[in-house]
Amino acid sequence: MSVQADMPVLRRSSRLSRTLLPYLLSLPALLVCIGILIPFVTAIYYSLQRYRMSQPWNRGMNWGENYLNFFTDPGFWNTLKVSLVYAGLTVGIELVLGLAIALLLQRRSRVNNFVSIMLLMPLMTAPALAALMFKLMTNPNFGILSYFMQLLGFHDFRWASSPNTALLTVILVDVWVYTPFIMILLLAGLRSLPTQPFEAAALDGVPRFEQFWRITLPMLSPYILTAALFRLLDSIQQFDIIYAMTQGGPGNRLMVFQVEAYLNFFQSTNVGRSAALLMILWAITYALSNVFVKNWLRLRERAKGGA
Amino acid sequence: MDHRSALERILRAIALTAIVVFFMFPIFWIVLMSLQTNETILRSPPSMSFVPTLKNYAAIISGELDSNAGTMSIHFMNNLLNSILLSVFSVALALLLGVPAAYAFARHKFRGSEDIAFTLLSFRFAPPLLVLLPLTLYFQALGLANTYLGLVWVYQLICLPLILWIVRGYFEDISPDIEHAYRIAGHGWFATFRKIALPLAGPGIAAAGLLAFIFAWNNFVFALVLASADKQPVTVGALAFVTASGIQYGQIAAAIVMSIAPTLLLALWAQRYLVEGLSLGAVKG
Repeated sequence: MSVQADMPVLRRSSRLSRTLLPYLLSLPALLVCIGILIPFVTAIYYSLQRYRMSQPWNRGMNWGENYLNFFTDPGFWNTLKVSLVYAGLTVGIELVLGLAIALLLQRRSRVNNFVSIMLLMPLMTAPALAALMFKLMTNPNFGILSYFMQLLGFHDFRWASSPNTALLTVILVDVWVYTPFIMILLLAGLRSLPTQPFEAAALDGVPRFEQFWRITLPMLSPYILTAALFRLLDSIQQFDIIYAMTQGGPGNRLMVFQVEAYLNFFQSTNVGRSAALLMILWAITYALSNVFVKNWLRLRERAKGGA
Repeated sequence: MDHRSALERILRAIALTAIVVFFMFPIFWIVLMSLQTNETILRSPPSMSFVPTLKNYAAIISGELDSNAGTMSIHFMNNLLNSILLSVFSVALALLLGVPAAYAFARHKFRGSEDIAFTLLSFRFAPPLLVLLPLTLYFQALGLANTYLGLVWVYQLICLPLILWIVRGYFEDISPDIEHAYRIAGHGWFATFRKIALPLAGPGIAAAGLLAFIFAWNNFVFALVLASADKQPVTVGALAFVTASGIQYGQIAAAIVMSIAPTLLLALWAQRYLVEGLSLGAVKG
């Protein structure tokens, strides 16, 4: 980190106020966040309890039982599987698409500029509202996407209401909303790459395809990694799109971590299991976010060093 | 770069068109839908020729919606007002708290500063329900349940880390020598912060504030868990709309258009700032 050293000794400010100042400046922000840390600790506590709101008399510590139960709980394994598949597929598709679009738009021109502004629009749409838009578009009576499917010969394509295509439908919404995010990051990365290696390769007559694999991709990889990790962190916690589209259904086809925990808490009022589920999700995201932050800080250093 | 073949140019044009169609079509189609009556929406096959009507918007604004079961009164404008209040006050509070803290983290390496900064950032990545579910029980005890104050506070979970980390990057980019010189001229730290650091980091603060506004506006889960009908923003309000059976489809579409229009227009107006903020200061350029 290129954090600058303290301000040098100045006549007007006393030594005490100089050491206290940074704490005083960040204190209000910290206090607000401590208020948020308390429920976090409470969640850990709940996760170690037998706690159903419908059975208050039965409440008590059961230590790791909620966690141990997961091993033999098919619902948990389903949740883990659906979450991982969802995160893996969305991020994978968005990376490939985002990279392809960024490469297409790399050169600055009026058309490319226009396209990249248009691409901001899905990203600015609330994911929950995007899901509702697609819900209207896939309505069996008048949905335009259902109509397209009919034209293609699929007469009973039921999108989110069929267990076979529900995952595909929510992934489509996720791809629509978030591909532009990856595109923006990678486009910024592409445009910041030094030009000399490409000029040299062109002089040597290296084919463009080879240039991509040998020069562009390796030089871009830190940006790709940052974008992928950032999206992975969000995607494994996806709630809005799935909840707005099907509330985890049909059946438990789309029961990702947060939807399952939400329904556990509010519908079956099983607070203990809900909290334990969220703790497991938190452990996954914490590990991922550590890798992400390290990688991101390194990228920032490079961007600054190169400038 | 000029020796591209005609074939390549054509392929490129096709690809760009396909991209624009894929990403713009849903918005375009919802806007079209919002201008139609149920009869034209339900036509088969769908057709682009219809007489546009603003009836759906009028219904949403007046709050009297036509449904199969007669007139239904749903005050969507109230949701819109809630979205505005929650987003504006959340961003204002986050700027007030976050900018000085970002300055402290950028300029002073004090004990634990990296740990604190990372903890704050990690809120951005923690599962929101982990905090929200226990918070519902606390809020009931504290009397904060279903209040704007409680919601604005929880919205700091989204706004504050964003502002802190983006603005901190901008403060770090300002050479401390400038501030240094100003202080040697006899000005206090606050004058230096206000006259030198704040204006120089202005674009970064604007970018962070805009992004925070958009994220607050687009948030769904916080209000779903903590707010009841009269405090809900558009994201949650629109869901109730779709699930309430029998509301005319054009009116649902009009409600969605009114909910997404503010962030889309903001994005069009300030796209340069947004792109910079979205790349997280990871890349400047």
